[in-house]
Amino acid sequence: MSATATPIAAPQKVVKTFRVLRYDPAKDKAPRWQEFKLPCDPMERVLTALNRIKWEQDGSMSYRRSCGHAVCGSCGMTIQGASRLACKTLVKDIDGDIIEVQPLKGFPVIKDLIVDMEHFYHNLRSVKPYLITSSPKPVKERRQSPEQFDLIDDASKCILCGCCTSSCPSFWKNDSYLGPAALLKAWRFIGDSRDEAKAERIAAVNGRNGVWRCHTIFNCKEACPKEIDIPAALSQLKRAVVFGSVA
Amino acid sequence: MILSHDVLIVGSGAAGLYAAYWASSKADVAVMSKLFPTRSHTGAAQGGIGAALGNEEEDHPLWHWYDTVKGGDYLGDMDAQKVLTYDAPQTIYELEHLGVPFSRTAEGKIAQRPFGGHTRNFGERPVRRACYAAARTGHAILHTLYEQCVKQEVTFYSEFQVLDLVMTEDGSKVIGAVAIDMLSGEVHTVHAKVVVFATGGAGKNYAITSNCQANTGDALGIMLRNGLPLEDMEFVQFHPTGLAGLGILVTEGARGEGGYLTNCNGERFMERYAPTVKDLAPRDMVSQCMYKEVLEGRGINRTGRICAEDYVYLNLQHISKEELKKKLEEIVDFATTYLGIKPWESPVPVMPTCHYYMGGIPTDVDGRVRKDETSGIVEGLYAAGEVACVSVHGANRLGTNSLLDLVVYGRRVGLHVAKNVDSIKLAKLPDGADKRVKDMIDRLKASTGTERHGELRRELSEVMMTHVAVIRTEEGMQTALAKVRELKKRFANVGIQDKGTIFNTDLLEAIECGHMIDYSLVLVEGALVRVESRGAHERQKPDAEGKLVKLKRDDENWMKHTFGWLRSDGAVELKYRRPYIITEHPEDGWSPEMMEKMKPKERKY
Repeated sequence: MSATATPIAAPQKVVKTFRVLRYDPAKDKAPRWQEFKLPCDPMERVLTALNRIKWEQDGSMSYRRSCGHAVCGSCGMTIQGASRLACKTLVKDIDGDIIEVQPLKGFPVIKDLIVDMEHFYHNLRSVKPYLITSSPKPVKERRQSPEQFDLIDDASKCILCGCCTSSCPSFWKNDSYLGPAALLKAWRFIGDSRDEAKAERIAAVNGRNGVWRCHTIFNCKEACPKEIDIPAALSQLKRAVVFGSVA
Repeated sequence: MILSHDVLIVGSGAAGLYAAYWASSKADVAVMSKLFPTRSHTGAAQGGIGAALGNEEEDHPLWHWYDTVKGGDYLGDMDAQKVLTYDAPQTIYELEHLGVPFSRTAEGKIAQRPFGGHTRNFGERPVRRACYAAARTGHAILHTLYEQCVKQEVTFYSEFQVLDLVMTEDGSKVIGAVAIDMLSGEVHTVHAKVVVFATGGAGKNYAITSNCQANTGDALGIMLRNGLPLEDMEFVQFHPTGLAGLGILVTEGARGEGGYLTNCNGERFMERYAPTVKDLAPRDMVSQCMYKEVLEGRGINRTGRICAEDYVYLNLQHISKEELKKKLEEIVDFATTYLGIKPWESPVPVMPTCHYYMGGIPTDVDGRVRKDETSGIVEGLYAAGEVACVSVHGANRLGTNSLLDLVVYGRRVGLHVAKNVDSIKLAKLPDGADKRVKDMIDRLKASTGTERHGELRRELSEVMMTHVAVIRTEEGMQTALAKVRELKKRFANVGIQDKGTIFNTDLLEAIECGHMIDYSLVLVEGALVRVESRGAHERQKPDAEGKLVKLKRDDENWMKHTFGWLRSDGAVELKYRRPYIITEHPEDGWSPEMMEKMKPKERKY
């Protein structure tokens, strides 16, 4: 195999206008738009562009961020109308000269792009998001077949970024609805061959604000930065609720 | 406000959470983190966690111990390394019982794969020792431990940033910490019998890094400001396969699954440097070899220098798309998203990325913090995880041993705290425990200084990357030292734009920048005086013709841990401690044959 060099051209910078919805409860009566112009490399992440705006133009602009490569789930925000991670959205992914950035929809805003996620976490805790076992532990690992692992593989990729829940019309209409992220977590344990509390968990998601409020709109699937097939997981969850066990 | 808990754990990665899980069986435990717990950087660990389970082939903790000792280039404490590797199997089974969704073998056991520097039978050939959950092992462990802490009703203070320790007036004992609630901007004092630092890595002082934005070494800065030492800070691991120019990590598991590196001639150059284990040599070696290839003009773009435009290739094209997606899904995702490269079709451009601090807060094998190079400890203070230096990684950490360190030592700290917390009498809080923090915040907010922390951070991370990275020279490090000293002076003139209280990340980033400058000073000075090459510290010196050559390891003078203090005038003071070498402790009862095997010798792979 040859490894011929690809000549590298200096990346062509493009000037983009970042239109950011700002809100500081100590100063602003209502959210306001602010624009920042920034020369960007098309392969640049929206997150690094925001960092540069913060470090070079306006230090008061606030947003959550950490890992920078879509594993920590901190930087969920609405970019060009869609719930996305700023670290997984590249400048080239957005058509046009203006990149519009707002906080995640459906969550109360604390400041600028930072939203209050307490309710989201509360919903998550309500499905008992932890393995429950009461049978004696083996000396070594509990056995689980590759097929049994495959059943929860997709759901266990979730990074709790909130993009799915914030893009769910059922959640917008009624925020008592547990939302896709909490239900996905419930499935991650109900589907786990090692778990011994399926009945409790099925009860937790079987209420009127539980799994039946999912109307398979599929926005969650589109929003998920980890490409988890959330509607498929929730269908399996619905089956488990109906039949009282994992099919 | 004064908050009161038996135990305060600072940091919510795997080490902090596992310590919390065990300590909360006996005590009132609070975990404080500047992030929501599952955002912690443990979640970014990809390829695996090492343990000699022997699920895929014969393996023994003894072999794992030997590999860890040799991998660390004989700077690690062999007693601590023994604890790490012998506690590993039991700890992995415990994690599995807690719910970690590990990938499985056909028999339903935890699946294992090969990783750099892990071998069978004392270096014979690579062994499958890394237990994994696809390429998101850290994520699986982090989420599981958080879930179990929720189950155990551990108190969490998320988005609280710890800014200082509280010590008794005589400075002998830690009795709490001072933190800012990021949401309200309010400063709180936490009164606690025990404080555990588990704040993770500190790689943000390098321009190219796999580390997250939160990895600013806050606890390292806090240690220094309280007159406490850091150990072995000059040993910084550069992971060989960062996406070129970005530093985003491509797991060593990619080479474990058969991936290999090539230079501009298409040569699998690692075969030349490490004929037995080839691409699965330890990270320090592979990174140094990659630098050498590029510097000698065999980088893909033949520039002959370390720059954003040059790199080597990681080849995965011989593995099918389906298999790549199954075993290395995250890697496929990173390469396609951030470089627009489909790794089953084209090679992935990679270069070393700042990844891991072998050094940190000095501790004993129970995680108690050492106050100096002798055997004294700081009462009431523990450290675990990447921020700690036990030292199990010595001068170079093996892949999969970091997750292992987090859980083995996080667990040990939790158990030690649970056992001893009842016997600790809580000393009274001194007056004005939070005064230093409040003054610092007031000063930064009132400052009319023109320096911007973003700019200082940029200059710091660039000078560190250029001069104190994979290959180091006296001249380069002198340049870096002068620069870091200059940055420390300029930091006094930093002004911030956000004067508010709610989520003032401008303020917090300024404070983080101060920490980064401080521990970088200790790092550079420690590296500068260490005139030898050991593990991740490759020291080069011009020979008679002026050509730079690598210095050899010098056990006679430099088989010792560095302890560094930052004095209030900005001077760094260095002292040294002999590592625990098993051959110097016949009372441990090892056979002469074993003693011979473990004896420090030249590292060859």
